Amino acid sequence: MRFLVKRIALMIPTLIGITIISFTVMKMAPGDPTSLMTDLNPNMNEEAVKRIRAHYGLDQPWHVQYLKWLKNMAVLDFGRSFAPDNRPVIDKIAERIPITLFINILSMVLIFSVSIPIGVISAVKQNSMFDRVSSLIVFIGFAVPTFWLALLMMILFGVKLDWLPISGFRSLNFARLSPIGQVLDIGKHLVMPIFVSAFGGLAGMSRYMRSNMLEVIRQDYITTARAKGLDERTVIFKHAFRNALLPVITLLGLSVPGLIGGSVIFETIFAIPGMGQLFYQSVMMRDYPTIMGILVIGAALTLVGNLLADILYSWADPRIRVND
Amino acid sequence: MFLNEDFVRRIGKNKMAMAGLCMVAFLFCVALFENELAPYPPDRIDTSNILAPPTYQHLLGTDVLGRDVLSRIIHGAGVSLSVGFVAVGISTLLGVMLGALSGYYGGALDKAVMRFVDVMLCFPSFFLILAVIAFIGPSIWNIMIVIGITSWMGVARLVRAEFLSIRERDYVQAAISQGASDARIIFLHILPNAMAPILVAATLGIASAVLIESGLSFLGIGVQPPDPSWGNMLTEGKDNIEIAWWLSLFPGMAILITVMGYNMLGEGIRDSLDPRLRR
Amino acid sequence: MPLKKSLILLTMTLLALAQGCNEQSTQTSPSSEVTPAVASRNSAAVDDKPAYGDMLINGSIGDASVLLPVLASDSSSGEINGLIYNGLVKYDKDINLVGELAEKWDVSEDKLKIRFFLKKGVKWHDGKPFTAKDVEYTYKIYVDPKTPTAYSTDFLKVTEFKVLDDYTVEAVYDKPYAPALGSWGQGMLPSHLLEGEDITKSPLKRHPIGTGPYKFKDWVTGEKITVDSFHDYFEGRPYIDRVMTRIIPDLATMFLELKALSIDQMGLTPLQYVRQTNTKWFKDNFNKYKYLGFGYSYLGYNLQDWKFKDKRVRQALTMAIDRESIVQGVLLGLGAVTDSPYKPDTYWYDQNVKKFPYDPEKAKQMLAEAGWKETNDEGVLLKDGKPFEFTIITNHGNDIRKNAAIIIQRDLKKVGIKVHIRVIEWAAFLKNFINKRNFEACLLGWGIGIDPSQIDIWNSKKTGESELNFINYQNPEVDRLLDLGASTYDRQERKKYYDKFQEIIAEDQPYTFLFVQYALPIINSRFHGIEPAPVGIGYNFTKWYVPKRLQKYTIQP
Repeated sequence: MRFLVKRIALMIPTLIGITIISFTVMKMAPGDPTSLMTDLNPNMNEEAVKRIRAHYGLDQPWHVQYLKWLKNMAVLDFGRSFAPDNRPVIDKIAERIPITLFINILSMVLIFSVSIPIGVISAVKQNSMFDRVSSLIVFIGFAVPTFWLALLMMILFGVKLDWLPISGFRSLNFARLSPIGQVLDIGKHLVMPIFVSAFGGLAGMSRYMRSNMLEVIRQDYITTARAKGLDERTVIFKHAFRNALLPVITLLGLSVPGLIGGSVIFETIFAIPGMGQLFYQSVMMRDYPTIMGILVIGAALTLVGNLLADILYSWADPRIRVND
Repeated sequence: MFLNEDFVRRIGKNKMAMAGLCMVAFLFCVALFENELAPYPPDRIDTSNILAPPTYQHLLGTDVLGRDVLSRIIHGAGVSLSVGFVAVGISTLLGVMLGALSGYYGGALDKAVMRFVDVMLCFPSFFLILAVIAFIGPSIWNIMIVIGITSWMGVARLVRAEFLSIRERDYVQAAISQGASDARIIFLHILPNAMAPILVAATLGIASAVLIESGLSFLGIGVQPPDPSWGNMLTEGKDNIEIAWWLSLFPGMAILITVMGYNMLGEGIRDSLDPRLRR
Repeated sequence: MPLKKSLILLTMTLLALAQGCNEQSTQTSPSSEVTPAVASRNSAAVDDKPAYGDMLINGSIGDASVLLPVLASDSSSGEINGLIYNGLVKYDKDINLVGELAEKWDVSEDKLKIRFFLKKGVKWHDGKPFTAKDVEYTYKIYVDPKTPTAYSTDFLKVTEFKVLDDYTVEAVYDKPYAPALGSWGQGMLPSHLLEGEDITKSPLKRHPIGTGPYKFKDWVTGEKITVDSFHDYFEGRPYIDRVMTRIIPDLATMFLELKALSIDQMGLTPLQYVRQTNTKWFKDNFNKYKYLGFGYSYLGYNLQDWKFKDKRVRQALTMAIDRESIVQGVLLGLGAVTDSPYKPDTYWYDQNVKKFPYDPEKAKQMLAEAGWKETNDEGVLLKDGKPFEFTIITNHGNDIRKNAAIIIQRDLKKVGIKVHIRVIEWAAFLKNFINKRNFEACLLGWGIGIDPSQIDIWNSKKTGESELNFINYQNPEVDRLLDLGASTYDRQERKKYYDKFQEIIAEDQPYTFLFVQYALPIINSRFHGIEPAPVGIGYNFTKWYVPKRLQKYTIQP
């Protein structure tokens, strides 16, 4: 418990760092963010411009602006979107975050459940046929641009074979389907996006698992266990596997930003109304409040991912109680 | 130095590294001799022959303006390589600098730098890059710089760790006790011994920079027309994927081969350097 | 989709407004080898009587932003708003003004007063009656300086607005204003829901209430917007029960959805039209339409730039650009070269306007006359030692413009002019380049309004920041002609002014007019009753129907 409190306390400076960087990015935008809003509205008069400037505190020095922004951020007030819908940014993000999280969590589950066995087998049977083939696939996986993979899959499974829907995340008649039908429907829509988003991670993770496993297998205690005459299976699974798995848990937290970042591309291609798509649209529209909101929330999600990984890690290996 | 005979011999035996090296060398040749290799100028328009499938005249077909796809892919190699190299140059420089300072001096500086690394690692970097590029305007230089300053963290961590361990070695301690200047110790004694992992990280970094550039270009905020970039070509491919598969397939494969080449080379070097993993 | 009144003269995107020289390119033919569900789709018209029911699913590249016509300036919102709201007047299929919410109107002898007599018995979607109060509220909200609207110009010409009784209103102008009547086609807003509210915060932005043929059902952000037919619609219940607009941000994906039959209608790209939709399967399942759109693309020169000050140079540029090859190569022939800011097949277009056909030799000669004689070692023309080199900017997301720019680059290189291209995303494009006059040449498009008044684009005074004469065109004669045109009600007399205006513009060549594109909608062939007309296909949308036996979806309200 004390560990947890300490761990969370440690997050606070990081969180502040995140807001500083986000704020800097916003300041990088040429000119004044409100001029965009006013430029697109021919009837925006002097008075209104002043009002907006005051609302965003743009008439004050930057550190005052930052503190003010931080204060709003603390209560999750990211301001209103500059997009014509003018809705509160937090609403826009809130309605899009579940689908993005859902896809990312599922793809993470997929990554772990596929890459760990691959990594272990490749390591145990190093230089075997399986190892070579999987290494090759892994290298391809690393190198494939996800958008290209998405296109090829859409053509194959969506158009040529007509097995899977091409875009969106549920059918039009969704509301009238039975509960099981609804689950299946979402499932069918998400097969391609999840696969595409997992593919790169799959490669990375199995590679990582393989090298961990190789390293562990060479440790003295494994040699000792073998020397004791334990059978290979016990050695591998009881001793080596557990220890090789530990560092993978840390990777769980570290892979969050990559996955979320990737959502821009596959959500745009598959027309999934998630956070990545919103981010892309906001960037193209220069909707600064929304961009900032997503940057901060995206980074905060990573922090949460790291925290979860740490908790998992300390649970899996009680020796480790971080003292940094 | 890591570039000793033993290393060369080991890497020569490492099939993966050699395969990667061949691919990378091939790309360099392509980029270097683009004008000699390309059958047509990359911007030669032929509106009477748009989206033509591969033929003897156009081995990889033509694009929406009737330009030769093969020629454009060849010219795109240079763009891809320069983005990769410059971006990684920037990130390696930043990473080595911060990592070295952090690892050598330790203390509050170390804490601050590592905290900064933690913060930077929290951002989905593609989000960050997308936002900054859109704000400052897409151009090949901006892309290189932004990819560079958002991907130095891994190198910094690595260099720091190397410095922490190398700093404790006898010969470094000896140099310190003899009163050698910090700069001398850092550049002459520690850095050369940390080069190997930096090289590996840089090689892998080029691969990821190439991927990021193609992603940005694919989304339309990367390299600007009429300069050929594989990512841009794929956008056109996407719009015509059903009628012009060659437009999607070949630039995608070019990216695949490039990234794979660098990855294999990097991993191969790593394997050759890491004696524990050798059989 | 039913865009009934295109008063949106100044949209920068080319609205795919349907019009003119219609050709139903694909004749549907009976077929027997398709799947049973559609097997007899096109056979025997005997039982294909109009019937209520079914749903039309429309593909849209962008989500709507706000479903209040006064605030919306994007075409995605405009399409949905067109289903939900009505104006007092509309354009009929032959581009004539007719009453919509107005039964009739009187224009006073001196053309200074317009009196509208409203239809009685018109209901808002919530059942409340539509009255003069609503018109008054709508007028007031458009002219309210606090309202961030792009459409106030026309209403600001009204000097006095009077409610005479519940069903009669009068607008008074201080001088005759010909576009006035058409301007009352803007969507009327419900005063009983909005009066006294801050319109920018109104819940109606996302849950609109109008008088139109379709009432709002739901809006899943970024995914779809659904509207249901309004049974009490004053022109009668529309046949199609539901219209769903699915947001698919990518044209290639949208086309795949069309092929999967999960959308019924979209606008095709020229390539899709020419190369991807001519199969038998497509002919059996879809009808394609093709008509010249209400919009043109142009290359505009910043006239404050020293290189473009001489009109001989601008004429030479136009002659150096092979516009026909742009139409053939980029639009695949699905467009027409144009030489005037009016639509070539409409009344206002001056058939005798001076044309500058492709002639690179003559162009070189004229450039030499204008002082561009020598060349540097790159082959670029020089004047006073400075090279002829400039950048064309255009907006991101429009491949046709981007490709046109690339062809222009090639053509101008041949006469010794070096062109760079920059593609910039829309918001930054407007903010940092167009509005700040920070460009040399821009490749853009204008929507062509039905009313010929183009004061906002060409008047010498409309050159302020954010105003539309951003190339800084100055010609007192043009100012005078446009003012005369706007205050003349008589069509024939009016046309004389606009013909003269077009002649001057052609001589001055402030733009190189490039082309007018065809609108290329494709619609599932189960929809019947589509009758292409000069104004397009959407005008009679409420009369489109799916015969009972072909209905695909069952709608439960």
